[in-house]
Amino acid sequence: MHLSPDEIVLWRSGYITLNATIAFTWGLMLVMVVGSRLVTRRLSIGLERARWQNLLEIIVIAIENQIREVGIPEARKFLGYLATIFLFLAMAALCTIFPGYVPPTASLSTTVALALSVFVAVPFFGIRDRGVIDYLRTYAQPTAIMLPFNIISEVSRTLALAVRLFGNMMSGAMILGILLSITPFVFPIAMIALGLLTGMVQAYIFFILATVYIASAMRVRKPPPATEAANGAQQGQQPR
Amino acid sequence: MDSMTTIAVASIVMAGLTTGFGTLGPALAEGRAVATALASLAQQPDASATITRTLFVGLAMVESTAIYCFVVSMILIFANPFWNHVIAQNLGR
Repeated sequence: MHLSPDEIVLWRSGYITLNATIAFTWGLMLVMVVGSRLVTRRLSIGLERARWQNLLEIIVIAIENQIREVGIPEARKFLGYLATIFLFLAMAALCTIFPGYVPPTASLSTTVALALSVFVAVPFFGIRDRGVIDYLRTYAQPTAIMLPFNIISEVSRTLALAVRLFGNMMSGAMILGILLSITPFVFPIAMIALGLLTGMVQAYIFFILATVYIASAMRVRKPPPATEAANGAQQGQQPR
Repeated sequence: MDSMTTIAVASIVMAGLTTGFGTLGPALAEGRAVATALASLAQQPDASATITRTLFVGLAMVESTAIYCFVVSMILIFANPFWNHVIAQNLGR
């Protein structure tokens, strides 16, 4: 039994090793890049459009709305980074329906790399939004006593992101392996369905947490008009 | 008992204990969270989208502590560093 797809070595030549994690990651990247390239080759802006274009538009708009709901009004600017993470994780989880496939996110190396990219992206977007001095000042808020705790939380939440995703994806594969040796026929199918759901939820969690971290590193924005109107309506009702 | 048996017994027992106690707290917490979410869903069906989203995010956060314990017990059983160390020593002897 393999604890991670890192141990499945497909090809080795001297110092260079090609394991299942790298192979499946590049396979997923190839499928996604070539697929979306094929879909976006002939885009139409009229009402008549291809079904694949419809699908991609639904996905992109849904992700954009999610980012906006977390508190970043100009969601388009962050779509490139956040949506890439979500789509990769979702594809990695979804492809488990193919036999012989091991999700690359079941390896700690992949999840640590993704978490490290969030660890770098949060200060990057924060500094781009509010400047170096102003960003560094947020570490000493509300008081300077909180400085070490803020730094610890920055590191520990990166660790938590990585281990949470790894644990969930790895446990799915592990439980399947154990169940296959106990009850081979029907029960593993139910667990595959549960694993698909868990994978989707974890992709969403990773994405939404990265969005929340980035949003909290940026300046406080005005809430979108819809909620403002709702707040106003509530406040207007209260005096009565 | 030689050292290999000791390590094997300690690893297996501790793996069981880790998962057992590690899932105890999150299970209680998730039960409470879901019960509260159901109550508020019944009170305010209009806010179901927000409640469900927050519930899922919260559940995953709560569950991650159980996942940490699971990872630790999996390491104890399948990738135990002490066990590997003893085996390497025995082979070298």
